[in-house]
Amino acid sequence: MSPGPGGGARQRQRALLRGVVQGVGFRPFAHNLALRLGLTGMVANSAAGVELVVQGGAGAVDEFFARLLAEAPPLARIDEITRLDAPLAQGETAFVIADSRGGRRGALISPDVATCEACLAEMRDPTNRRHGYAFINCTHCGPRYSIIEDLPYDRPQTTMAGFAMCPDCLAEYHDPADRRFHAQPNACPVCGPRLWLADPAGRELAVADPLARAVRALAEGLIVAVKGLGGFHLAANAHDAGAVARLRAGKRRLAKPLALMVADLEAAHGLAWLDAEEARLLASRQRPIVLVRVRDGVDLAPGIAPGLKRVGLMLPYTPLHHLIMDRAQSQHGLRALVMTSGNPSDEPICQDAAQAVARLGAGAASGPLCQLMLLHDRPIHLRVDDSVTMVAGGQARLLRRARGYAPMPLLLAEALAPADCPPILAVGAQLKNALCLLRGRQAFVSQHIGDLASPEGLDFFAATAEHLAAILDAPPAIVARDKHPDYQSSRWADELGLPVCAVQHHHAHAVAVMAEHGLSGPVLALCLDGAGLGDDGTIWGGEMLLGDLADFQRLGRLRPFALAGGDTAARQPWRIGLALLLASLGRLATVALPLELIARHGQRLALIEAMIARGLNAPESSGLGRLFDGVAAICGLRDEVLYEGQAAMELEQAMDGQPSAEAGYAFALTRREGLWELDWRPMIRALAADAAAGAGPALLAGRFHAGLVRALAAWALAGAGEHGLGAVVLGGGCLANGFLLTGLTALLERAGLRVYTPSAMPAGDGGLCLGQAVVAAARWRLGLVEVGAP
Amino acid sequence: MAQNETIQLDHGAGGLASRRLLERVFAKHLANDVLAQMDDAAVLAAPGGRLVVSTDSFVVDPLFFPGGDIGCLAVHGTVNDVAMRGGRPLYLTAGFVLEEGLALADLERVVASMGRAAAQAGVKVIAGDTKVVGRGQADKLFINTAGIGVLADGLELGASRARAGDAVLVSGTLGDHGVTIMAARQGLGLDLSTRSDTAPLADLVADVLAACPGARLFRDPTRGGLATALKEIAEASGVAMELDEAAIPIAGAVAGACELLGLDPLYLANEGKLICVAPAEQAQAALAAMRGHRLGDRAAIIGRAVAEKPGRVWLNTAVGGRRLLEMLSGEPLPRIC
Ligand SMILES: [Fe+3]
Ligand SMILES: [Mg+2]
Ligand SMILES: [Zn+2]
Ligand SMILES: [Zn+2]
Repeated sequence: MSPGPGGGARQRQRALLRGVVQGVGFRPFAHNLALRLGLTGMVANSAAGVELVVQGGAGAVDEFFARLLAEAPPLARIDEITRLDAPLAQGETAFVIADSRGGRRGALISPDVATCEACLAEMRDPTNRRHGYAFINCTHCGPRYSIIEDLPYDRPQTTMAGFAMCPDCLAEYHDPADRRFHAQPNACPVCGPRLWLADPAGRELAVADPLARAVRALAEGLIVAVKGLGGFHLAANAHDAGAVARLRAGKRRLAKPLALMVADLEAAHGLAWLDAEEARLLASRQRPIVLVRVRDGVDLAPGIAPGLKRVGLMLPYTPLHHLIMDRAQSQHGLRALVMTSGNPSDEPICQDAAQAVARLGAGAASGPLCQLMLLHDRPIHLRVDDSVTMVAGGQARLLRRARGYAPMPLLLAEALAPADCPPILAVGAQLKNALCLLRGRQAFVSQHIGDLASPEGLDFFAATAEHLAAILDAPPAIVARDKHPDYQSSRWADELGLPVCAVQHHHAHAVAVMAEHGLSGPVLALCLDGAGLGDDGTIWGGEMLLGDLADFQRLGRLRPFALAGGDTAARQPWRIGLALLLASLGRLATVALPLELIARHGQRLALIEAMIARGLNAPESSGLGRLFDGVAAICGLRDEVLYEGQAAMELEQAMDGQPSAEAGYAFALTRREGLWELDWRPMIRALAADAAAGAGPALLAGRFHAGLVRALAAWALAGAGEHGLGAVVLGGGCLANGFLLTGLTALLERAGLRVYTPSAMPAGDGGLCLGQAVVAAARWRLGLVEVGAP
Repeated sequence: MAQNETIQLDHGAGGLASRRLLERVFAKHLANDVLAQMDDAAVLAAPGGRLVVSTDSFVVDPLFFPGGDIGCLAVHGTVNDVAMRGGRPLYLTAGFVLEEGLALADLERVVASMGRAAAQAGVKVIAGDTKVVGRGQADKLFINTAGIGVLADGLELGASRARAGDAVLVSGTLGDHGVTIMAARQGLGLDLSTRSDTAPLADLVADVLAACPGARLFRDPTRGGLATALKEIAEASGVAMELDEAAIPIAGAVAGACELLGLDPLYLANEGKLICVAPAEQAQAALAAMRGHRLGDRAAIIGRAVAEKPGRVWLNTAVGGRRLLEMLSGEPLPRIC
């Protein structure tokens, strides 16, 4: 045998590749590359990743590995490659794709991926055998995380196991030159999943074209439950006010914005103002929901996003969605459909037809939420919601991280994750829950799980924790949780029987951002958040911390105020509005204010005052999110919220354009109890005076925002100056406010600080688990977490 | 007794002042044949069968509140604990810790209330003790009571006896005592129009047992309220409990006060209500027996025990959702971030 191109002595090497290397077309790619370079050997999937053996001229072998990294398929991500020399094999003449092997599970699971252009073209080609087929996919697209039951990623270990491939599909599957070579969900109308229409009781309806019938029903104003990729959607005509109102009533979702789906980017541009990054994000293969600004005069039903100027928009991400949207637009002129998660409000998304019948259909306690169900028979193993994003400061920001992103791990900087640290499970918060499994340097953050208050939510949480630990072969040795003992996640963690590492809420928020940027500190961290239990037993949420990975020191806080009624105050911001006014103006001046808030709730002033004075269910809080709520109430925008964050969102969107910095209300910066305290009382006095003089919400909200951003910057600079710090980390749920995030970043950068903000992980409680896991790892390194013998 | 007379350290010294206090206050309101023996210990004829014994200490601020006072509460609390095991309460002991400076008139009001409550509950106070501590060493008045009752043969009730399929009943509205005390203690100066429900429950238990001999258990949901009591029962019995929010009786004034104060009535104390878990087929009979009793006219079947997920308790909410109920680790702290 002659030396291969590149010359040199003959060489044989074995390699193990870790990362996202399965289910992404990696083996045929390696196979074709080896053939081109005249190499022999083999490639195989194992539970750890991909095993490679190549033999040929030394130069060719090196070129092989170089191009392997440089030209890898689009969905592949190689995190680690180990190469070992091996003795030459005499007489080897071919490069083969071998069967999958077992071994320790290290391979990464790909997220579900939106339908690729090639599949879409086939689906729309009347001569193609998959024309109009709702489950077309290939090596570069289709379901992954939601259908994988175990590793290695092979068809029998997915929910496609029950579908035996027909000869045509099988031929594609075995042909390394085909783009469906080893595409595990490969299917066609002959052998694959089937679509049908059912009534709300789940009984199949005899209709020739279920899709056509379902879309017609939508055009007629009916609500259709659609079984999708990671769960169910409830679909309705977004231009039909009646349909939207019925959908809201059924879901018991009174005001929270409903997500929309449009056929393509062109349709999206027609509905909303999109900048380049928003358009890129919409069309990315993750296909998240993107919060975008609606164009004036668009004929959407007013109930889509009451009181808000932004809507959540997404593009089709499965063949079924494309078929629905194509038909809705071309045959019924519907440019947008509501596609909201198929669940009663605050509960996890439905997983199978039985659940859908019970919770969305005939079995629902208060009557069916839908009139038809569009079902299919490809089981969903793990539920995955749609991801929600926004663009702020020219950057994509994850607000809810789920489909398309989970369970891709964040690869932590070496300083952040000790290599020998045992697996750590971090369980997140009570609301917007997600959990994180830390295995070596890989931080696997689960898909968004949501509210843990319901049994369904807790079951979903527990199932996800168990699935991740099993599939990643990383049974946790340490569990990290919030300091709050009454979060459902904290209770669950305490019952595991593992060493528990309790992490203060805002320390976790800060470390989550540090982890994203590879910082190990010490850094200055501004945690701009709603509420988390503080080290002193009060509720924190507007904090300036000096933190490293293991520990922190509180440098400053928002001046505390009382939450009269506890969590009830978060639902009824009028309580906070009154508390802020009482603290800033006193009772007499408050009563005399000619505000709607006083007109509606003035008679409860005595009660609020007494609760605060006597400490009756009126915990102290320094939460910035609650300050937004209270200010929204004083502005007359909202006395009670119907969903979390509503008052703050409406306050942000009440602003007209960008307020000028000089117009901002002044805060006071003081030293109190050893802390830099940001005192909001001067701001409240000025706000109340403007409001009493008849200023509208647009002006009030603008001056509040401008003043707040300036005050936060001055506050941070005081802390940074005192401790000689050049970097500041911003974290916490208030950063969902794009004005706050970008305005504060700009001011701090102008003052010469390096500013780090959350982007790949949610700023709010959805990202908390990552911070908890990294704190636990750092404490383990310091010997502060004892891991007992098993 | 003079209006402005107060407790002095002498009253606890065991001498003449003590003797006079005993006669003028305690003997006057708690008298019975056993107590009249005035000896170091009471001698009782041994009742047949098994004894049920319970003890509890009472520390209430304020001493007097709408619907009751610390005196009757100290009787009801202990006789109810005896009654929850199916015992018929017979005897009570009472120990008093008095703070120097307590108005004698207040003490007498409390003891008189105890006397009436004991008579109504059919128990005799058979032994007692009084100590006086200096100012600031106690808060006005603490009472400890111990109760003795007898238990019929064959009657086995207990927190671990609930079975999947059983019905869960309550004898009336929830949260009345807790919200009343909270409003009174904090001196909110608001008329919330609520009253404590403090009452003796042994008769009610007897009526329910007569109608529903298969009853599994009774529980008085005092501190921690309904949610905490049911969570304990679910864990002890290895069942889950599913409650229907709409079926849980809550007085309008209590619901209104809870809404204003941001409190959850399911976690507030009750002093005159019981939970009963009964086999489903006897649930209607138990309910009828409760409703036939003066203290049970707002009794209701509020849920059922189920086999899946042992230890869980959840509420099917009025709007059609489900919400887990847990024991609180302390004061409720905000969780909405
Ligand atoms: Fe938070
Ligand atoms: Mg007791
Ligand atoms: Zn494809
Ligand atoms: Zn086929």
